[in-house]
Amino acid sequence: MKLNMTRRNLLKASAVSVAAGSMASFSGLASAHNHGGKHKVVIVGGGIAGATAAKSLKRLDPNMDVTLIEAGADYHTCFMSNEVINGDRDIKTIRFTLDGLKKQGINVVIDEVTGIDAKGKKVSTKGGKSFGYDRCIVAPGVELNYSAIQGYSAEVAKTIPHAWKAGEQTAILRDQLAAMKDGGTYVLVCPPNPFRCPPGPYERASLVAKYFKDNKPKSKVILLDPKPAFSKKGLFEDAWKRHYGYGSANAMIEWHGEDGVVSVDPKTKTVTTAKGKTVKADVLNIVPPQKAGKIAQIAGLTNDSGWCPIQGKTFESTIHKDVYVIGDAAIAAPLPKSGYAANSEAKVAAVAVYASLTGKSMIEPSWVNTCYSIVAHDEAISVAAVYAYEGDKIISVPNSGGLTPGGDGFNAEHRKREVQYAYSWFNNIVADTFK
Amino acid sequence: MINTKKPFLKKWMGVVLAGGLMASGMAQAEFDRSTMLANTCVGCHGINGISDGPAIPSIGGMSEEYFINSMKEFRAGERPNTIMTRLAKGYTDQDIEDMAKYFAKQKYVQVEQAHDRQAAQLGQRLHNTFCDRCHDAAGTNPEDEAGFLSGQMRAYLEYSLQDYLSGEREYKESRMKRELESLINRHGDAGVQQLLDYYASGKE
Repeated sequence: MKLNMTRRNLLKASAVSVAAGSMASFSGLASAHNHGGKHKVVIVGGGIAGATAAKSLKRLDPNMDVTLIEAGADYHTCFMSNEVINGDRDIKTIRFTLDGLKKQGINVVIDEVTGIDAKGKKVSTKGGKSFGYDRCIVAPGVELNYSAIQGYSAEVAKTIPHAWKAGEQTAILRDQLAAMKDGGTYVLVCPPNPFRCPPGPYERASLVAKYFKDNKPKSKVILLDPKPAFSKKGLFEDAWKRHYGYGSANAMIEWHGEDGVVSVDPKTKTVTTAKGKTVKADVLNIVPPQKAGKIAQIAGLTNDSGWCPIQGKTFESTIHKDVYVIGDAAIAAPLPKSGYAANSEAKVAAVAVYASLTGKSMIEPSWVNTCYSIVAHDEAISVAAVYAYEGDKIISVPNSGGLTPGGDGFNAEHRKREVQYAYSWFNNIVADTFK
Repeated sequence: MINTKKPFLKKWMGVVLAGGLMASGMAQAEFDRSTMLANTCVGCHGINGISDGPAIPSIGGMSEEYFINSMKEFRAGERPNTIMTRLAKGYTDQDIEDMAKYFAKQKYVQVEQAHDRQAAQLGQRLHNTFCDRCHDAAGTNPEDEAGFLSGQMRAYLEYSLQDYLSGEREYKESRMKRELESLINRHGDAGVQQLLDYYASGKE
């Protein structure tokens, strides 16, 4: 990929010349109260939302002092991690560092944020540092509520993985599935709404079934779900019928709705549902209920729902002024808690932050979400939508977006292409976020 | 300067040109509705509209006219695609025109992809015979309003050819139908693959 090298060089070269060229043109504009005339923005969290916000701010104003604080040295994308779990993809391909951001002049700090003082406008870390800010963007992702399931904990998750934050957890589940005997049962405990990546559990079930079909055909996937329905349900069930015998006596996938898991016995890998059903697993995967990342709760950015209320037009917190919350932690419905939405929200928030720092009027926002789920060999499905801001709220633009056509509109060639689009989407969104 | 329409002749030139271009006008250019809308596209189509592949096409550097026509065709369901037909319906004419301005300001960068070198040489001859009259500079000149070819995503070009040949996508020029059918008659599917190898080579 020779030309990709060129593209990287191009970005590098442009960052350098931008930084040099803009010093002169922007020094007169800067009007921050301190920080030597530079606007200072601190971003908490270096996942999709946080990293995109940092990059976007630098593009808007190369002279801005942008600090991004992230606890982990590298980041694994949740999207495409289901392909790691079933052995289709190497985990290295979903691992990214923040080095690309550093090259663009973003101050990357590897440390854990322990406090956000919204009145004093400063962020403090476990490492004992303090960072003052003009504006703060908080992108902490989700916190898993282990205690909602009796017997489950962060400790138990080392042997009964959630694999809902990618990385080590992804590898644990992958290795357990690889070691499972043919004829075994994989049980996936689904979370209640709202949660990160709404179609994620169902794509995971599909891809594990794909692995079983090819390698361990006597095995079974059982989904235990508190919800009566789920994202892309019709399309998933149709694909499961065609590929995995769903609904038949020999079904490789079983979905049990409206009966969530309430407790687990880690020793026997047996779960009990609200209605008293017990299911024993060979490989057990529990995705617990979720809420906004811990720092959002500590900083008082959440409401009773456990998530962060924001002004839809800017993503500024409705609780703390000059603090913006983006990504999975924000209450941004109808925007879903997805990687693409996080990237899209980050760009809008960056524009809003830039506008508020420079006294400009906010530009009419626009968001998109596109979300692919790979369900079988040569078959993926998707949901897509365009969002606008109308009458003080975010709306999904009427008569647009929606699902991959099913039923009479089923098109095998388009389903096959969607797999390639999913891979393209992955390449481009990670580049847009991290490179 | 921003609207320099000449495609890159040498790849290293792109580095120098784009560097200077961004330094002079980026910050202003980024704070407008055009960029706001384009921001929602690049998550899939790549930074500055240049795709990292394998199937979603690069749209950076497209002429305004080509971009607008494409979006309107998707919106009207006249051009087959599983994703864009759904997304394009979310935008007004004004939105589409605004987006078009952003992408027209970007540079088309050819992306080299896996290809067979020998086949690419044969493909170059086929291109010169059948495609060159409308697709200028190996299909890298946005001013020809005929769509990017060399350095465009290979899978995307293959899907497009399939759609034309199956009748799912309507030819805009009857000439293209004649040329493409003639290419197939004389060189078969192998000829199509050679053509794709040539475009994947990123050569002009």
